[in-house]
Amino acid sequence: MSDSRGDTPRQVDFSRKTRTHEQVIQWFLFLCAALSILVTIGIVYELLKESWLFFGDPEVSLWEFVSGTEWQPVIGQLGIWPLLSATLMTSSIAILVAFPLGMMVAVYLSEYASPQVRGTLKPILEVLAGIPTVVYGYFAVTFMTPLLQSIFGNDIVDVYNTASAGIVMGILILPLISSMTEDALSAVPRSLREASFALGSTKMETSMQIVLPAAFSGIAAAFIVALSRAVGETMIVALAAGAGPNFTLNPFEGAETLTGYIVRISGGDISYNSIDYNSIFALGLVLFLITLTLNIISRRIVEKYREVYE
Amino acid sequence: MNSAPEAHITHRHEEIMANIQRRRIRGKVWQVLFYLATTIAVLALVVLILNIFNSVFGYVLIQNEVEPETLVASGNLADMQNTELIALLEENLSTGLIRRFNSEELLEERTTKDLALLVQQRIINPTIIESWSMVESIFDQDAIRATQAEYSGAVLQFRSWLTADFLRSPQNPRPQFAGIRTAFLGSLWMILIVMAVSFPIGVASAIYLEEYARADKWYNRIIEVNIYNLAGVPSIIFGLLGLAIFVRLLGGLTQGRTIISAGMTLALLILPIIIINSREAIKAVPASLRESSYGIGATKWQTIWHHVLPASFDRILTGTILAISRAVGETAPLVVVGASTFITVDPDSIFSKFTTLPIQIYQWSARPQEQFRNVAGAAIIVLLVLMLSMNAAAIITRNRIAKNRRV
Repeated sequence: MSDSRGDTPRQVDFSRKTRTHEQVIQWFLFLCAALSILVTIGIVYELLKESWLFFGDPEVSLWEFVSGTEWQPVIGQLGIWPLLSATLMTSSIAILVAFPLGMMVAVYLSEYASPQVRGTLKPILEVLAGIPTVVYGYFAVTFMTPLLQSIFGNDIVDVYNTASAGIVMGILILPLISSMTEDALSAVPRSLREASFALGSTKMETSMQIVLPAAFSGIAAAFIVALSRAVGETMIVALAAGAGPNFTLNPFEGAETLTGYIVRISGGDISYNSIDYNSIFALGLVLFLITLTLNIISRRIVEKYREVYE
Repeated sequence: MNSAPEAHITHRHEEIMANIQRRRIRGKVWQVLFYLATTIAVLALVVLILNIFNSVFGYVLIQNEVEPETLVASGNLADMQNTELIALLEENLSTGLIRRFNSEELLEERTTKDLALLVQQRIINPTIIESWSMVESIFDQDAIRATQAEYSGAVLQFRSWLTADFLRSPQNPRPQFAGIRTAFLGSLWMILIVMAVSFPIGVASAIYLEEYARADKWYNRIIEVNIYNLAGVPSIIFGLLGLAIFVRLLGGLTQGRTIISAGMTLALLILPIIIINSREAIKAVPASLRESSYGIGATKWQTIWHHVLPASFDRILTGTILAISRAVGETAPLVVVGASTFITVDPDSIFSKFTTLPIQIYQWSARPQEQFRNVAGAAIIVLLVLMLSMNAAAIITRNRIAKNRRV
């Protein structure tokens, strides 16, 4: 922000009135920046409007929506839990896979790896992060599901299942966690490590008991950002998790997530003002609120718990 | 007399040594775990790539409806003249079908290659009975031969699903003729629109926020927080926005589910990323450059236009290209905005119906037939090569501009 250049003199101010075109340019730039506000307003307005229509429908009750365990719009069953539980299932599996792995990769990169090794590994992880999600979806369908089936047996693991989608999603968010955590770890000043070594700690003790706690805020933020990414992830679950709402906690059964449902319904020919059309906006609103809350929490954590050294 | 404390000291010493040993071992164990985790991450990428190649190359078992040898002595359609090919078509196909082909484009005016393709698809009509992955083709040859023996007249062929024909042909309901021409063109259109919309707006916003905005004004703070929040909104929500605004509300202007609607949606999606990247680039310009420009009497805009922008342009461009390559791989918002499921006509304007590479990959992967998996794998390679070449272009441009830079 401009305070970083606080020493920049604002001596151009006095000539502003005479230079209209400079004024026009500034207004134009401001409008471009303000466009992003318009985008947010557009998102919130459309989601709220269609959701309002959805809940205004006599067949829909808000109570049933937040408590029901059946999602069958055709027969008027509109409980969000089957979709929400599938989203929670896939995201939790993804986090269970990605968080421990991502943390360990980050500790390795930041504390153990030589600069050369870091220089090769970081681009590889960036490639992993840059691969389109639909490719991950393809990977889940053609590799992970057959792999799970050959390990646990075809009768236990369905063709579409949340475990496969979750594990592959874990691979997708692993680079996100490892790079955010590594940034947090390398921001910890060297003096802390040296003090720990001087007291006789081993490298591992320094990493785990000094550096990791010192980088807590960054790691917590990485965790939440990754969770938010997993909740909003679409293509992997659309391809691998199953195409029917199913209220289950069995990771080897198919179950449709919030995002999977939105994609499947809008992929067909959908007519405006139908209950299907309105329902995807209501579900979109739920998704938007979840991810927004997570993002705000992560920013709060960074601001509140950041350890400032020197 | 002294033996007791001495024994005590030795005992203490041993204890300490054992403790150090234990701690060292624990350190080693964790280090092995760290190595292991990193190996798993790298391995995931390797398996991901190998898995794609695995399904793109492999044996296929093909059965022809009519053997090419019965049509032309050499068995090679390329040896035939146009007139011969047309005669073949008229002889073997119904008049209704011939009339349809003529109405699309007169047979006499088509190239030899097109005609040969028609003969290939309509008369020879090869059907793929079964396809095998690369791993199966190498290690499971006995089973493949056994399957071949079940079908008389079927030919076993080692096939690459990624061929020049695959790049050239439009979509086709049968996997052996399917191509990505329309999808590839759709992706190129998308890149153009996204670049035209999001680059100027994104850079302008970044200039405002970095050079003009005063942090103590409430509206500037809102803009800033808002951009960070937008960057975290799932892409599928942008799809819903595009569906409601560009397809429905502005349907009169955009004509519904068209390239322009989809392109605008993607442009809005990557706008926050471009703004954040460009701000970083502008922030990296040293304040001394601005001050020396002010010092010789330049106005604010002159300073930005002649000094700040040229000095940061390489980084801005790299950030933009990386953001656009993300847009190229986006699928979910385009499905929601309404990509066409099946089009064979090339998109020719921003108001055409569209499909893109990721959309094709999604649709092919979602089908149960094994062969569409092979086709999807081939399309993934094309998509990854497209994205890779964009990233390479970004790096080359950056290096070239950086070399010419004055600072």
